[in-house]
Amino acid sequence: MTNKLSALLGWIDARFPLTALWKSQLAEYYAPKNFNFWYYFGSLALLVLVMQIVTGIVLTMHYKPDSSLAFGSVEYIMRDVPWGWLIRYMHSVGASMFFVVVYLHMFRAMLYGSYRKPRELLWIFGMLIYLCLMAEAFFGYLLPWGQMSFWGAQVIVNLFDAIPFVGPDLALWIRGDYAISDATLNRFFAFHVIAVPLVLLALVAAHVIALHEVGSNNPDGIEIKKHKDPKTGIPLDGIPFHPYYTVKDMLGVAAFLIVFAVIVFFIPEMGGYFLEKNNFIPANSLQTPTHIAPLWFFTPFYSILRANVFNFLWIPAKLWGVLSMAIAVVIYFFLPWLDRSPVKSIRYRGPIYKMALTLFVISFVTLGYLGTLPVDPLRTVLAQIGTVIYFLFFFLMPWYTRLDKTKPEPERVRW
Amino acid sequence: MADNNEVDHARRRFLIAATTAVGGVATVATAVPFVASMMPSQRALAIGAPVEVDIGKVESGMKLDIEWQSKPVWIVNRTKDMLATLPTLSNRLVDPNSEVPHQPPYCKNLTRSIKPEYFVVVGICTHLGCVPTFRPEKAPPDLGPSWPGGFFCPCHGSRFDLAGRVFKGVPAPTNLVVPSYRYVNDTKILIGENPKAAKS
Repeated sequence: MTNKLSALLGWIDARFPLTALWKSQLAEYYAPKNFNFWYYFGSLALLVLVMQIVTGIVLTMHYKPDSSLAFGSVEYIMRDVPWGWLIRYMHSVGASMFFVVVYLHMFRAMLYGSYRKPRELLWIFGMLIYLCLMAEAFFGYLLPWGQMSFWGAQVIVNLFDAIPFVGPDLALWIRGDYAISDATLNRFFAFHVIAVPLVLLALVAAHVIALHEVGSNNPDGIEIKKHKDPKTGIPLDGIPFHPYYTVKDMLGVAAFLIVFAVIVFFIPEMGGYFLEKNNFIPANSLQTPTHIAPLWFFTPFYSILRANVFNFLWIPAKLWGVLSMAIAVVIYFFLPWLDRSPVKSIRYRGPIYKMALTLFVISFVTLGYLGTLPVDPLRTVLAQIGTVIYFLFFFLMPWYTRLDKTKPEPERVRW
Repeated sequence: MADNNEVDHARRRFLIAATTAVGGVATVATAVPFVASMMPSQRALAIGAPVEVDIGKVESGMKLDIEWQSKPVWIVNRTKDMLATLPTLSNRLVDPNSEVPHQPPYCKNLTRSIKPEYFVVVGICTHLGCVPTFRPEKAPPDLGPSWPGGFFCPCHGSRFDLAGRVFKGVPAPTNLVVPSYRYVNDTKILIGENPKAAKS
C-alpha cells in the first residue's frame, strides 16, 4: 500500500511539483520561533475566507437578486430552507468576524513593524485585501434589501456625488438608475458573488507568496535570516511551519470556533452590531430610518465623514468629508514610508511611539463608537477631536518616530 | 540593415511600442460597451418620465409625498405663517438667494416655487441622499429654540428651512433640489416638465 502511494506521489511529482511545494511552503518553510498570540489572526482570516465562500455558495442557491423578491428570499432561507438559518447566520457573523481578525492582524503589523522593509509590498497586498473586504461587505449588505441595506447603499453611493464634475454621472453609473433600485441590487449581487471574490483570492495568493518570499516578521522585529546555520543555511531562530505552527494555529482555530459558535447560536445579531434591527424592515425608498449607521467595522470612517461640517478653502464640507474618509483608509498604504524609526518592534521603541499608538487606538475605538450613534453637537466635537488625533498619528509619524528614544535591538530573538 | 545575427533593437522597440499602442486602443474601445452597459437602461429612463399630481387635496400646512424617478417628491402647502418665516432667515442660511442652480429659473425666488404657497421639492438631502423629516412646528425641544420650522435630516443632522434652503453649520452643502414642474390647471401639476412659456 505505502509503496503504491509513494509510486503515485512519484508519478505526480514528475508532472507537478507537489512535494517541492509542500516542502518549500510548509515543511521546510522556516518561521521565527518566537511567534505569540498576535500571530493567530493571519491563519484565522484564511479560515473565515473559506467559511464565507462555502456559506456564500449555498446562500446563492436560495437567494433571489431581484428587488421584489430579495427580502422575501432571505426570510425564506431563514425559515424554510433546511439549516438555512445556520448558513445565513454563519455568513453574516462571518462577515463581522472577518473584520475582527483582520483588524487584529493589521494591529499586529503596527505593533511589531511588520510593514517595514522588506515587507512593504506584503503590507500593500494586505491593504488591497482590506479594501476588497470593505467592498465585499458593502455590496453584500445591500442584498437582504432591508431598510439599512437600502439607505446604507444610498449614503455611500452618494459619496461619489461629491467628486467635482464627474460625481453625479459616476453615481448614476454605479446605481444604473436615478435611485438605488433593482438595477443596483442586481449588479451589487454580481460584484459580491463573483467580481470582488476573484480579485480577493488573487490578492490573498499574492499576499502569501510575498510573505513566503521575504519570511515572517516576529515580535522582536529583527530578521532571522541574518543568523543562519553555516552548514544547512537554515535560520538559527527558525522552525518549520509544519508541524510547529500548523499545530499552534489549530489551537487558535479551536478557540476561535468556540467564540464563533457561541455568537452564531446565541447572539447572531450581536445586539444590532452584526445585523441591524432596521434591516428586518423591507427597503422603502420614500422613508429614511430615523437613524442610519453602517455596520461597526465602517463606523470609525463614518465618524470621520460626519465630523466634517466646515466649508473652507473653497471646498464644501461634504467634499472634505469624503476626502478625509478616503484618506483615512488610504493612509495605511504609506505606513512603511511614514515610519522612520530605527527599530521595528514596539518592544524597542521609545515612549513617544507608545503614546502615539495608544492615542491612535483610543481615537479609532472612540470614532467607531460615535459612528454607531446619532449625531448631536457634543458628539460632533468629540468626533472632530478623534479625527484630528487619527490623522496626526500618521502625518507626524516621520518626525516623532525619528525623535523617539529607542532601545537597542537584540541580535537573536527572545521568547 | 542589420547583420542576420544581430538584433535590431530600434526596430524591436518600435514594434513593441506600436503593438502596445494598437492593443491598448483596442482594449479601451472594447471596454466602452461594458462600461456603458451599466448606465440606466431604456426601461429605467422611461420610468423617469413626468408624473401628474393632484395638489388640490393637500390641506394648508400639510405635505404630500409622491414618487418621481424613484425619488420622493414633496408638495407642501405652506401657510401664511410659514411663508412669513422665510424672509427673516437670510443671515442664517448658506445660500438665501438660491444662487446655486438647484431649482429651475422660474423658481429662483424667495419661496422657491411658482405659486408661493405650494412648495414642490425633491425630498433628498443634498448631503448623502437621506430623506429629511418634515418638522413644521416652531422650536420643538429636540431641534432647539431657534428652529423656525423646516426639514431636518436625521442621518447627519442637516437642517433646511421651509423653502428647502440649507442652514449654515450643517454637513449638507446646498439647498434641496426643486424639480422642473408646471401647472396643468389650478389644482394639477406635472412634475418633470417646464412651464410652456418658460425656456428650461
